[in-house]
Amino acid sequence: MDLYAIINVISVWIVPGLILLALIYAYFRGVKVFDTFVEGAKEGFGMSVRLIPFLVGMMVAIGLFRGSGAMELLSSLIEPLLSHLGIPSDILPLAFMRPASGSSSLAIATEIMNIHGPDSLLGRMAATMQGSTDTTLYVLTVYFGAVGIKKIRYALIVGLIADLAGILASVFICNLVFA
Amino acid sequence: MVNLLWAGMIIIAIAVAGINGKIETITPIIFSSAENAVNISLSMISIMVFWLGIMKIIEKSGFIHLVIFFLKPLAYWLFPGIPRNHKAMNAMLMNMSANLLGMGNAATPFGIKAMEEMQQLNPDRDTASDNMCTFLAINTASLTLIPTTIIAIRSATGAQNPTDIVGTTIIASLCSITVAILGDRFFRFYSKKKEQGVISNHKKFH
Repeated sequence: MDLYAIINVISVWIVPGLILLALIYAYFRGVKVFDTFVEGAKEGFGMSVRLIPFLVGMMVAIGLFRGSGAMELLSSLIEPLLSHLGIPSDILPLAFMRPASGSSSLAIATEIMNIHGPDSLLGRMAATMQGSTDTTLYVLTVYFGAVGIKKIRYALIVGLIADLAGILASVFICNLVFA
Repeated sequence: MVNLLWAGMIIIAIAVAGINGKIETITPIIFSSAENAVNISLSMISIMVFWLGIMKIIEKSGFIHLVIFFLKPLAYWLFPGIPRNHKAMNAMLMNMSANLLGMGNAATPFGIKAMEEMQQLNPDRDTASDNMCTFLAINTASLTLIPTTIIAIRSATGAQNPTDIVGTTIIASLCSITVAILGDRFFRFYSKKKEQGVISNHKKFH
């Protein structure tokens, strides 16, 4: 089996597989599955609606950046540098925003999927990038802040290097699997 | 960073449009982008509602303990300095498992609890301990089996098969976690060496 087939099997099975296991396990543990489902599902509406301000703010900013020709300008400047690595320049705003803000980078990824299509190479790359790492600055702020740590030593640099690895891996793997 | 990037994009966009004589395109783009944003948020409600329902079942049934069972060897290997039945170890396992299942909101309280417990073991309360750095390295690279929000957005923007990025996401995530662990070990070794260097220099002078 080649890499593509393995990745495909994982992708196809993981959601139904997890639902199957979780339901069987919960049922035999005596959980009232449907009541519990409804209880949790109520939160989904609020969560989607709370995203609206972030999406509106970011999608307008990127929409303007693209529509005005500024994106083209930026691309033409750095294209030669990036094309060697197979990195499309449209993905750059997402790569920069990812470690800094979860909601904002999600909004940028959404804009990319909306403009280029979720099934385009770029759309899938954006989705992979957004899904594969967490927001480093947020995580460090919350956890170190909670216990009053002031000197964080090398934690930030490690977090950022890992983000860079995740970003490059997303580009490379998507080029390999979806191109 | 966010503020700078956001304002920068809009300011540059308006300036470039002005110079290129395309200033009249700005206002329509604002309206259409904003409308798109709201439409996407509304279309993702369906998936989010369903998935958060399933998440609640996973949370209530104690399914997480099954995941913890598989994560234990990894956690023992990563945190040799923490006793296996210490509260910090338990909280970390809960946090890592919740993250793996995509229950970000449930993971954070456990993560904070783990930090508090590690702070008890920490000789210097102002400075991050080695274990804290390792724990956060793993957390910032967060491995998630099912990136719910991204799947919901793919579905809202009309993807043929919204989950087909799960495989690539897991692999990219594994790369990021591997680099996080290696980087953490490297910097830990490096900082120890620097400390020892300072001490041995001291000895020379005395």
